[in-house]
Amino acid sequence: MSQNGTTSHLTIALAGNPNAGKTTLFNSLTGLNQKVANYPGVTVERKEGVWSLGESSATLIDLPGLYSLDATSLDEQIARDVITGKIENIPKPDVIVSVVDATNLERNLYLATQLFEYGTPVVIALTMIDVFEKRKHEIDIGKLSANLGVPVVAVNAKAERGRIELAETVLETVGTSVKIPYQLNGGGPDRDNGKIFARYNFISSAVQESVRHNDTREHRISEKIDSVLTHKVFGLAILILILLTVFQAIFSWATLPMDLLEQGFGALGGGVRNFLPEGILADLIVDGIIAGVGGVLVFLPQILLLFLFISVLEDTGYLARAAFLLDKLMSRVGLHGKAFLPLMSSFACAIPGIMATRTIENRRDRFATILIAPFMSCSARLPVYTLMIGAFFAGQTVFGFISLGAILMLAMYALGITVALIVAFILKRTILKAPPPPFIMELPPYRMPSLRTVFQNMLTRAWLFVKRAGTVILAISIILWALMYFPRSSPQAVVSSQPEAVLNNDQRSTIDEPLPEGEQLRKSFAGRLGHLIEPVIRPLGFDWKIGVALIASFAAREVLVSTLSIIYNVGKDENEESETLISAIRNAKDDNGRIVWTPLTALTLMVFFVLAIQCMSTVAIVRRETNSWTWTLFMVGYMTALAYFASFVTYQGGKMLGFE
Amino acid sequence: MTLADLPKGESRTVLSVLGENVVTRRLMEMGLVPGVAVRMIKSAPFGDPLEINVRGYSLALRRNEAESVVLEKVAPNE
Repeated sequence: MSQNGTTSHLTIALAGNPNAGKTTLFNSLTGLNQKVANYPGVTVERKEGVWSLGESSATLIDLPGLYSLDATSLDEQIARDVITGKIENIPKPDVIVSVVDATNLERNLYLATQLFEYGTPVVIALTMIDVFEKRKHEIDIGKLSANLGVPVVAVNAKAERGRIELAETVLETVGTSVKIPYQLNGGGPDRDNGKIFARYNFISSAVQESVRHNDTREHRISEKIDSVLTHKVFGLAILILILLTVFQAIFSWATLPMDLLEQGFGALGGGVRNFLPEGILADLIVDGIIAGVGGVLVFLPQILLLFLFISVLEDTGYLARAAFLLDKLMSRVGLHGKAFLPLMSSFACAIPGIMATRTIENRRDRFATILIAPFMSCSARLPVYTLMIGAFFAGQTVFGFISLGAILMLAMYALGITVALIVAFILKRTILKAPPPPFIMELPPYRMPSLRTVFQNMLTRAWLFVKRAGTVILAISIILWALMYFPRSSPQAVVSSQPEAVLNNDQRSTIDEPLPEGEQLRKSFAGRLGHLIEPVIRPLGFDWKIGVALIASFAAREVLVSTLSIIYNVGKDENEESETLISAIRNAKDDNGRIVWTPLTALTLMVFFVLAIQCMSTVAIVRRETNSWTWTLFMVGYMTALAYFASFVTYQGGKMLGFE
Repeated sequence: MTLADLPKGESRTVLSVLGENVVTRRLMEMGLVPGVAVRMIKSAPFGDPLEINVRGYSLALRRNEAESVVLEKVAPNE
């Protein structure tokens, strides 16, 4: 639609190498006026904003960071489709702004020359010119522009230098055409190496004529920093220190805001209960919706923190060094060096970890990393481990001084890591089979990150999580609520059925009848499901009550604790260190009067929780990040199967060895 | 001699890039074309990958990828 008689709405694409300052320029041109989505059917991020060009305005499309347009990767394919106008709902761009880093001119211009070949007018935005000039180099922009045959504008996104000039130049360029300023060796297939040589030969001469290096000393500041940061010993030590800090942050600094959020939602639920009449509506809103929304938002502090760190590490250039340091180790199991950080983060929580796999370009490597990330023992498993160890292994020692609980805890972490590595090894040789991913990666110069870019990146991630994963999590949490809520048992039923449910334990003896919520859970669909799956989980040493807890804790692993509290009638507010809950578990008997829980059962349950997916938020985020229900369900399936198998081996093997 | 054998700190000119596949193509797109000078910066702690300087920037690549880049026998004149 024309806004006035002369100018129509323009579409402008922003193309450039990774680390060329493209994102900073994009943010500076569009301000907060941007939206992020995915290109249809793929997980390549589609970023658009509105760029006001004086009288008129334009849709600015931020293409993925690229080194080339030859479509060997999905990003390159998408960028090519955008430039040629093949993507639905995106008009063919009127102008392409090619972002070129002045300090790395030749390699950056390679993509620019490829853009010339598409015929769409190109304007070169020269970034990092301040750094370039600080090194006492001189660049004749007029000459460079004449040599390249396209306008060149120096911009400094941080100082807003050249923004108006860039806008004016873009408007002047609309409707013009570009001539390819070199011979492409008479066409031939695009695979022809001759094209690459022709582009680089042209670039070398164009740059030689327009750039003067007055200071011939080489500037190797980044190399000097790297002499420490990628040093054979110090480099690894510093890396471990940085990873520990990140891990510590998401593991413990996030606890306070997470607790506050949890309390906040608890209080909100209480408030709503006071306000609404008692009944299904209040229950749905409080236990289904508010608890569900709370369950989503409680992950936000971890996600914000992790992405704060990742943005800073990425923008300073350190993340590339971390991948450089660790690639050898990771490539042994067929993973990319970049898989390390997502896996490390997954020890705190798999959700931000899986979101962090976006830094891995190759789809197969990325999927393999996503599929093993949930094996890292996350913080939500801790309450389960704590409860089991507290109930059955507390105070016991090995060799008289090593706490058995600590050993078991460590063993659970080790089990997760081992299984993850084995699974990665197998996946990379079977369904995700691919030659070892090439590791041809730029180690960008160290730079101060732009605060604005860091925060924008962090907020974008958080919003994406809430929007995409949130809806799935909310839906599942309402379904789980309904499973436990329906059918309603009548009050009489509550009073009349008690003996089998009551625990004959000292602490419970003061209570004559089961708590209504425990009785309700038993009669609910979830309770019936527990009975239904009992034959299946019997070989693991689990009875139907544990079955109900397994079903309920699919919402989130820590829900196991509150569900066991409800089902054993100790009230749902008991935590994993509660003595009441611990003794209720120890004394629980099954329908035949046999003791349900033995140390072996507890160990089996822990093994199950190491390997089973048991987290709807992870399922939701995997669906979002792989954009595929097939892969998501495959993950749920194989993890559950693996958990069952390992638990079976643990329980039956333990029994054969004479453990109880 | 290939790029994988280049000692730390030394420079050479690229003679050719062997093979025609996704990896060699990407190497050339990153600026490793015949005639360009490369300098070895270092190898990672476990001996792999390598870090080189080409066209004024740092590029990391694995040893087996560097093996397809053939270098001139003598160092370029400084």
